[in-house]
Amino acid sequence: MMQSQGTETEAQVAAIIEELKGLEGPLLPILHGVQEEFGYVPTEALPVIAEALNLSKAEVHGVVTFYHDYRIQPAGRHVLKLCQAEACQSMGSDAIAAQVKAALAVDFHQTAADGSVTLEPVYCLGLCACAPAAMLDGEVIGRLDADTVAEITAEVRT
Amino acid sequence: MSPVIYIPGDSGALALGAEKVAKAIAAELGARGIEATIVRNGSRGLYWLEPMVEVATDAGRVAYGPVKPSDVTSLFDAGLISGGQHRLSLGNPEQIPFLAKQTRLTFARCGITDPLSLDDYEAHGGLAGLRKAVAMAPADIVQTVTDSGLRGRGGAGFPTGIKWKTVHDTVAERKYIVCNADEGDSATFADRMIMEGDPFVLIEGMAIAGIATGATKGFVYIRSEYPHAIRAMEAAVRVARRAGVLGPAVLGSPNAFDIEIRAGAGAYVCGEETSLLNSLEGKRGVVRAKPPLPAIQGLFGKPTVINNVISLASVPIILDKGGEFYRDFGMGRSRGTIPIQIAGNVKHGGLFEAGFGLSLGEIVDEIGGGTATGRPVKAVQVGGPLGAYFPRDLFDTPFDYEAFAAKDGLIGHAGITVFDDTADMLKQARFAMEFCAIESCGKCTPCRIGSTRGVETLDKIAAGIEPEKNRALVTDLCNTMKFGSLCALGGFTPYPVMSAINHFPDDFAPQAKLEAAE
Repeated sequence: MMQSQGTETEAQVAAIIEELKGLEGPLLPILHGVQEEFGYVPTEALPVIAEALNLSKAEVHGVVTFYHDYRIQPAGRHVLKLCQAEACQSMGSDAIAAQVKAALAVDFHQTAADGSVTLEPVYCLGLCACAPAAMLDGEVIGRLDADTVAEITAEVRT
Repeated sequence: MSPVIYIPGDSGALALGAEKVAKAIAAELGARGIEATIVRNGSRGLYWLEPMVEVATDAGRVAYGPVKPSDVTSLFDAGLISGGQHRLSLGNPEQIPFLAKQTRLTFARCGITDPLSLDDYEAHGGLAGLRKAVAMAPADIVQTVTDSGLRGRGGAGFPTGIKWKTVHDTVAERKYIVCNADEGDSATFADRMIMEGDPFVLIEGMAIAGIATGATKGFVYIRSEYPHAIRAMEAAVRVARRAGVLGPAVLGSPNAFDIEIRAGAGAYVCGEETSLLNSLEGKRGVVRAKPPLPAIQGLFGKPTVINNVISLASVPIILDKGGEFYRDFGMGRSRGTIPIQIAGNVKHGGLFEAGFGLSLGEIVDEIGGGTATGRPVKAVQVGGPLGAYFPRDLFDTPFDYEAFAAKDGLIGHAGITVFDDTADMLKQARFAMEFCAIESCGKCTPCRIGSTRGVETLDKIAAGIEPEKNRALVTDLCNTMKFGSLCALGGFTPYPVMSAINHFPDDFAPQAKLEAAE
């Protein structure tokens, strides 16, 4: 059973590679494609990518681990990114982060025990004139306050 | 002609609820049986008024804001379609002082046009620069850009024309134009706004750069934190290709040029040009030693122009109106206009494009209107996480590359974060070191290890452990990082740290604070 799943993963990865390998410098687009498909970059994808691009597995691993975006395990059903950069700090992002962490019972870089949400810090969403800002599953939210924090926590729990 | 209602699709406006407003307006139009066109424009950059809804009337555009979904019914009752009076009325948006005082050259269309309508773009002066460029000799295009005095708007301030000339003069079978859209500095959002609000101006600027230097392929490397900008640029490139603005014959000329949009992967250091090139090549985003310059050996070892979004987006108007026209704005060696981004704890946050030379005080107090909290301004950080903290004593500093350098600061990508008097500058200095540690690519020792030692040493000062000795140690460490790092990440982290120590010494004397509290 495990074997057949691995094969299926490999086949899906191979299809993504096939579509993108004609690009100049295709590794990042391929990794983005794999993460979009699986929600993370599965370990068994690395040798398939390495083989196709004539790289060593170590080189691909090096790239995956260099970038903050690539996950090596699945995230929660929702991903909440809280901006912690200076403009948001000036508007109280520290306090907002503390409220969110308490409400969701998770710290940064953690996924809630029920798998509902992964909480991550982000350093700038370009929403610096409407700080503090956040991104929930790709949707942007500005001027976070106690009310928006309550709305966000309610949404991720559903 | 049916009425046109403009509701920004800019992500800053979306973050403040523009999508819900757009839905409410569409529903209201349906319920009232009114036929109108909704255009999702960019933002004008007045974020305290977003979502700012505009209606095109016979007397020009009329604006309302900030609009909440619950305001929509009353707006229609007040005659929104014909520009009727409402408590949210702002009148002609271009008469709002924040906009009226600007000199919009690069951002001339942002917030006005439909970002994905090439017809709209052309009707507002778009493609005029490219049309001139296809009829010019490449060396003359480079000369025009050199004459304009345009300097790299990403922060380094290197003359754009000189960079282009090096690529023009280097013989190779393939050359690249790379647009650095990895706008990671806190307080900056000009790149995001132009990509979402007027993407064709960037495409036009890149095509001109390609023709000027003999490059046929362009990449826009956009940070993954900007999904809306990525979608807007991808859509705009498709439109430009269909219209023959991009492709094997740019505007019917013998010049080939095409653009590919690439997403970053969350590494701040990839905003550094050589690290960005490695990332595009599919490698770890590690900084390269220079020389060789990217202009000679850049992407895949080929001559490459790598410019910031705003540098490239300023090129079309330079080609259209001439180098002298652009050079006539500004002061000293800082020519043209700069989109200043006013952010953080500020009453009137947004984008303010003006010629160089405004004083920091004018920007923060008059244009920005002071803090959002109403408390006194304690410090402003200029130039993002690698920029210095300026106290009120230095508010007479004019916004100019050299004037800021003379005060041990930098203008960087022209973002300004305002802090009120509750800010703890020791905490801000510690964050600068911590951020450097998180984002260091790891190639050079001063940055990789210095930043971690910096955090530890600042923690000791905060804990009151030998503060004098540790302040001297941080100063020495900053000196090593400044002169020993390979790129601006390690090299400029000392700016926020040392400016905080030098201008706000009281915050670094916690011992005294503790004693006073006891």
